[in-house]
Amino acid sequence: MRYIPNSPEERAEMLRAIGCTTIEDLFRPIPEKFRLREPLRLPSARSEAELLAFFRELAARNAAATEYAVFLGAGAYHHFIPSVVEALISRAEFFTVYTPYQPEIAQGTLQALFEYQTLICQLTGMEVANASLYDGSTALAEAVLMAERLTHRREILMARSVHPEYREVVRTYTRTLGLSVRLMDYDPETGGLQARAVTPSAETAAVIVQSPNFFGVIEDLEAIAARAHEVGALCIVVITEPISLGLLRPPGELGADIVVGEGQSFGIPISFGGPYLGVFATRERFVRQMPGRIVGQTFDSRGRRGFVMTLATREQYIRREKATSNICTSQELCAIMATIYLSTMGPRGLRDVAEQNAQKAAYLAREIARQSGFRLRFCGSHFNEFVVHSEHPVALVLEKLRERKILGGLPLERYYPELRECFLVCVTEVIPRSAIETYLRVLDEL
Amino acid sequence: MTVTPCHVTREEGLIFERSRPGRTAYSLPPLDVPTVPVETWIESRFLRADQLAGLPEVSEVDVIRHFTRLSRWNYAVDLGMYPLGSCTMKYNPKLNERVARLEGFAQHHPLTPEELSQGSLEVLKTLEDLLCEITGMAAGCLQPAAGAHGELTGLLLIRACLEARGDARQKVLIPDSAHGTNPASAAICGYRVQTIPSTERGLIDLEALRRAADSEVAALMLTNPNTLGLFEEEIEEIVRIVHEAGGLVYMDGANMNALVGIARPGDMGVDVIHLNVHKTFSTPHGGGGPGAGPVLVTSELEPFLPVPRIVRRPDGTLALDYDRPRSIGRMRAFYGNFGVLVRGLSYILTMGPEGLREVAETAVLNANYLAHQLKDTYEIAYPGPVMHEVVFSDKRQRAYGVRNVDIAKRLIDYGFHPPTMSFPLIVSGALMIEPTETEGREELDLFIAAMKAIDRECRENPELVRTAPHQTRLGRLDEVSAARRPVLRWRSEASSAPSGSPSEERVASPEP
Amino acid sequence: MATYPEDCLYTREHEWIRVEDDVGVIGITDYAQEALGDIVYVELPSVGDHFSQGEPFGNVESVKAVSELYMPVSGEVVEINEDLAESPQLVNEDPYGDGWMVKIALSDPTELETLMSASEYEEYVKEEREKEK
Repeated sequence: MRYIPNSPEERAEMLRAIGCTTIEDLFRPIPEKFRLREPLRLPSARSEAELLAFFRELAARNAAATEYAVFLGAGAYHHFIPSVVEALISRAEFFTVYTPYQPEIAQGTLQALFEYQTLICQLTGMEVANASLYDGSTALAEAVLMAERLTHRREILMARSVHPEYREVVRTYTRTLGLSVRLMDYDPETGGLQARAVTPSAETAAVIVQSPNFFGVIEDLEAIAARAHEVGALCIVVITEPISLGLLRPPGELGADIVVGEGQSFGIPISFGGPYLGVFATRERFVRQMPGRIVGQTFDSRGRRGFVMTLATREQYIRREKATSNICTSQELCAIMATIYLSTMGPRGLRDVAEQNAQKAAYLAREIARQSGFRLRFCGSHFNEFVVHSEHPVALVLEKLRERKILGGLPLERYYPELRECFLVCVTEVIPRSAIETYLRVLDEL
Repeated sequence: MTVTPCHVTREEGLIFERSRPGRTAYSLPPLDVPTVPVETWIESRFLRADQLAGLPEVSEVDVIRHFTRLSRWNYAVDLGMYPLGSCTMKYNPKLNERVARLEGFAQHHPLTPEELSQGSLEVLKTLEDLLCEITGMAAGCLQPAAGAHGELTGLLLIRACLEARGDARQKVLIPDSAHGTNPASAAICGYRVQTIPSTERGLIDLEALRRAADSEVAALMLTNPNTLGLFEEEIEEIVRIVHEAGGLVYMDGANMNALVGIARPGDMGVDVIHLNVHKTFSTPHGGGGPGAGPVLVTSELEPFLPVPRIVRRPDGTLALDYDRPRSIGRMRAFYGNFGVLVRGLSYILTMGPEGLREVAETAVLNANYLAHQLKDTYEIAYPGPVMHEVVFSDKRQRAYGVRNVDIAKRLIDYGFHPPTMSFPLIVSGALMIEPTETEGREELDLFIAAMKAIDRECRENPELVRTAPHQTRLGRLDEVSAARRPVLRWRSEASSAPSGSPSEERVASPEP
Repeated sequence: MATYPEDCLYTREHEWIRVEDDVGVIGITDYAQEALGDIVYVELPSVGDHFSQGEPFGNVESVKAVSELYMPVSGEVVEINEDLAESPQLVNEDPYGDGWMVKIALSDPTELETLMSASEYEEYVKEEREKEK
């Protein structure tokens, strides 16, 4: 059988060696009535070639970015992934290893994660980062629980312009704990959160804002954080498009207490929604309430630098029901992918790619706004996403684009009923100008 | 024994220390659209002024050499036996990697319209159906990103179900042999945890369970086989006790590798189970993730499953159903760790029903073979017919001043990854060994020989064992200093002062 | 070998208290620090916090274990040992001296009668060690 080395003869010998006659003897502890007599009703085993053909056929049913020009963002972004990321991450020494509980034979993983933590701190302007959580949405939910532990307050104030699916996850995590979530509306002109709309009380544990927000609008984090701090609440900043940090001021400089985000843009395939990378960073003084694994520097018995998992008493395998989180397996390999991506891009590459995203989005936005029947919905600053208001039915516009192999954007009605006539457009560096021009021609023809 | 580091591959610094001004490794096509000053698109006060100083400036060769050298400091399944108990470190098939990297999957945006996502949705729906058949459950959800995330999902489902029955409850029962995620997950759901002791045979104490199973019990969280590698023989009675008390039975499926194709939790009366795709279904563990922790449930719990559900329309196409008023909500953005799930499906289809059964048979045979060959050398904490793993203790070696951690570190010198030691908490000095089915006999024999040799060393030269490992690049690391004075990131020597936020002083300290 | 100063009273959870003028100094015993191993972090309450007898008031952590600290008697915290933040190893080095944890104003000195004397505690530790074997 595939993947089982021992031949039937070897297995028989081993059975004899332990004094059993049949393999059934080994399963005696399982009550007879529960033991399956028939094989499971699963498709029968298939060869490698058959399976490749099977999966190729399925993959071909998807409209992937190889065939379509994809102007979809909203928490998952098509960016170019340098070849070195795939080459390095495919090394079995990164791929086929467990959590680095034995530091002497896991220095590769540990040092790479220490580098990852450093890069996240540099990009966000925060002091400490963990070695990853599942994804951006669950990282936000964990941040909310951490704010509750730090403040012992029971109310969360969250911007409506935070990714709708992230807001749903926060609700799932907080509902049973009895935390209340109050929403703050966006400014209908700018699409951003006005500082005066931020009205925390003495019961507010945290104010949550996303920047760039779900509409692609850059938020005035400094003013919002100040409002939170006036009443002793924490400011949690969410980032779903971290390439923006190549251009934008880091939240750590603007008063954020916890920065969470989705790290998928850093070299991780878009892969229909996962696996992604939950980014989590905070202030040094909050580190003992931070969830997730943390790698720290230390020295060995002969004084040489090495790395270990540290501050582990926060974690479930030691503190059990009193742990800061239940998380165990997280997304370490994705964190290493991000480390390789960021090392490859360097300061200039990250700035260049961010600039290309901004310029391409700005170009398409400018040109769309010139078309009759279309305008930009919000006037705030944007990065690589913006909301288009259309006088034509949104479904029709997107259908026309699709006929030209363009996925033109995300209709917003499902998330924001008041934005029925709007769709969200994302432009990244992988979109060639030719696709942008086709996009504009389609709108022009409407 | 000490080897003086002499080759560059043994002394690789941090990527930041390799940085040289002006080096680059990236390539981007020229910007092909007319540009405007960036300030006309983004207000200048939002722009960063630090030029991203501190990020490494390195060449492509630097990147390749750096990470390749780091990788060589790791021990991996592809190098040899990795017998971490309850972690199921089996071989990760290469076909699955190829499948997950097919561009139609890897470059498929999660918000693509459904009619243009039929391939990926078919992968998810097929996997969900096959996992239902494997576990004997009625329905499932693939969103959870890992086992602990599945536990949280499962307990939220139980809470929703009990609330719908008009009988919200307060406590969750967890055996003392359980993994730490179980109580931690229960706490996040707002449940109180009551620990159920094990009998001297290492199985759940039925009398204690009966006493604890009162009208406040929401659920029992049961790992079966448990973390001692023992099957809970009284499973039928256990389930009956919990159900009669009005609670539900949650099964932690971390050890499902012992059961696939042999027996189904659904047939035993389990109400909710999570699986670890990165254990039983062969996907790589990646140094601590990504994994996937699908949850499977009975039909009573089905209405509460997270949104969206994948449903088949009458015309055979698949759709995402968000209209689920009784759902517990969403567990994460999008639909789960798709890239992991598609690998899991590829594995199940490779093995087929007979193959999966052979997986469990061989995994259990291998564990029993190890138990049999080592039982005269190492104490077995709870003797009994083991399933997929066996837990030894260091009781006999302790007489020579050697602890489980020393034996583990010495195993490294013999070329093996150490076993699990951090749990089960009920075994002092535990060595929890799970060989999995993908180890051949000669590898098992080498491991047995190494364990016996270490036992001899414990008696003849305990110091050698206590100071192990001796063959690795680094010796034992000082975890005490790491925790007392945490250094959690690199800083350049020029800027070694903490980069505290300028607003730090203004931040109102939260009330304790 | 563990030590048991005569001027302290002891709890079954291995805290000690030394009372002078209605102020009690509290720490963990030599036996406790030895059992925990190298202490890496001590989490203490704030000055002004009230605790009743037996209530947890903090944590002491080694690399791979956490132990709760329990109040030997009821009272209000009047001082905490700030040095432990920087130097938790003081608890290992000098558990009855520089490794003290909190000072409290006793609210009910009669509770002291429920605690063990040095010789009683020594006996108790002996029993505990027996059990371990």
